[in-house]
Amino acid sequence: MTLTITHLYYLVGAILAITAVMTLMDRQHSKRYSSAFFWGLYSLVFLLGDQLPPVWVGVGVVVMALIAAFGGVGIGRHVARSAAEYSASANLLGNKLFIPALAIPVVTMIGTLSAKYLVVGGIPLLDPKNTTMVSLGLGCMVALALVCKMTNETPMQGIRESRRLTDALGWALVLPQMLGMLGLVFSDAGVGKAVAHITTSYINMDVRFFAVMVYVVGMALFTIIMGNGFAAFPVMTGGVGVPVLVGMYDGNPALMAAIGMLSGYCGTLLTPMAANFNIVPAALLELPDKNAVIRAQVPTALALLTCNVFILYFLMFR
Amino acid sequence: MPTDINLWPLLGVVVIIVGFVLRFNPMLVVIVTAVVTAFAAHFPVDRILAAIGTGFIKTRNLPLIILLPLAVIGLLERYGLRQHAQRWISSIKSATAGRLLIVYLGARQMTAAIGLTSLGGHPQMVRPLLAPMAEGAAEARFGALPEKVRHKLRAYAAATDNVGLFFGEDIFVAFGAIVLMTTFLREAGIEVEPIRVALWGIPTAVCAFTIHAWRLRRLDTWLMREMAGGAAAAAATVTVEGKESRP
Repeated sequence: MTLTITHLYYLVGAILAITAVMTLMDRQHSKRYSSAFFWGLYSLVFLLGDQLPPVWVGVGVVVMALIAAFGGVGIGRHVARSAAEYSASANLLGNKLFIPALAIPVVTMIGTLSAKYLVVGGIPLLDPKNTTMVSLGLGCMVALALVCKMTNETPMQGIRESRRLTDALGWALVLPQMLGMLGLVFSDAGVGKAVAHITTSYINMDVRFFAVMVYVVGMALFTIIMGNGFAAFPVMTGGVGVPVLVGMYDGNPALMAAIGMLSGYCGTLLTPMAANFNIVPAALLELPDKNAVIRAQVPTALALLTCNVFILYFLMFR
Repeated sequence: MPTDINLWPLLGVVVIIVGFVLRFNPMLVVIVTAVVTAFAAHFPVDRILAAIGTGFIKTRNLPLIILLPLAVIGLLERYGLRQHAQRWISSIKSATAGRLLIVYLGARQMTAAIGLTSLGGHPQMVRPLLAPMAEGAAEARFGALPEKVRHKLRAYAAATDNVGLFFGEDIFVAFGAIVLMTTFLREAGIEVEPIRVALWGIPTAVCAFTIHAWRLRRLDTWLMREMAGGAAAAAATVTVEGKESRP
């Protein structure tokens, strides 16, 4: 049997469904019903996503967004341990605590690298199209087994802890997926084509340095809007990179592509649209300012973008 | 000039920028943007909803990387992982928050450059280990930290993971972005070897390390100044109180 990403969807769907039920039973929860409804709807996306008609899923997504927008997703009651208890158990377990934490990345890495060879009777054990994600799932299960054995806890306590962190993240957990969806709607509606049309028709590229700047800064700006360098690359490279930098000025295409993408990444450091890298970590680290991570990245990103302009200008036309 | 291109979907770009600038709830901004954009492209209502639904189903893989490790990380936190990480780092005398993050930045860039991008990440590495260690290293030097300092250290830990990942992974030949770039150039009639694109990522990677490492050293100086000022202020308050308590 092949372990596929669909199995992970069922697993995550089940965890979210249990989270929803726990929320519903939590009498001290101030937003018990709307929160439970939110996580319940989200679990359906993973459990039944393939079977449901897309229009229904669309309605569900709109409802989830409205619940979140009007503050319907709250935090439940969680029994924290005392500082002394944390300290005592840290003393007792010591460096052993690092083992399950490091088991996640290590198993993910081993799985990703060895997936090609894990074939039984012609059937791969790990989904070849999603090796990293499936290996991550495997790594988390191995780590959960280790930590349960070490602490004599049940996997159910793991789900309770998972709910505590899910509550702390709130709707920020769903935002990356919402933005991924928006990227697809953008390309469906032809936003990329419209931007390429405007940049190529209305910006003067007769000065070489200016053309380089338009490409580098354009990649960053377009990434800031789309939240993803991959979406910006075809637009800017098709609109400016290939016809102007390579076509008109005969630049080095490999260097242009590399610097273009890395300029896009500078944009990723600057935008709340890249929720997975910027907004989710802020929620995960319990920072009151949701843009704190972006703020810490702004000087690095701007300095690096300037470097990219000069790297491209001085190395591309040799 | 032929204008068969519909420029109205750009309205979506305006909505999203205005929405984020005015700090509306991001979930609301995104859903309104999706509806406005699709509407501007003359989609009927059922097609708008279907586009949203299909897009949401297609991107289900995105939250897995956050959701899957939560149970393990939560249980380990319950048993004192963060406290232990802080104590462990404070046993290394030469460790400062800035130096720790510089070492992590280099390691993250190098491992990502050979394709081991899954060795880091915010849920698996930054929350349970890196951020508590940065706080622990600062605490070992300066004592209890005010919330402001604590939050700044955490934000820098998350930022360092991002910078290391982004400007390391692009040097790895088999990385998806490299495949995307060479495929796109081939369709435009330009044949480029993937290894060339990967190698040209190195100058920017070196700049990224230099710039961010320099900023992390500045974080240490900032910390020193901030905590020295804080200690002086605390001492001053004590003196004032001392004076006031006298008749």
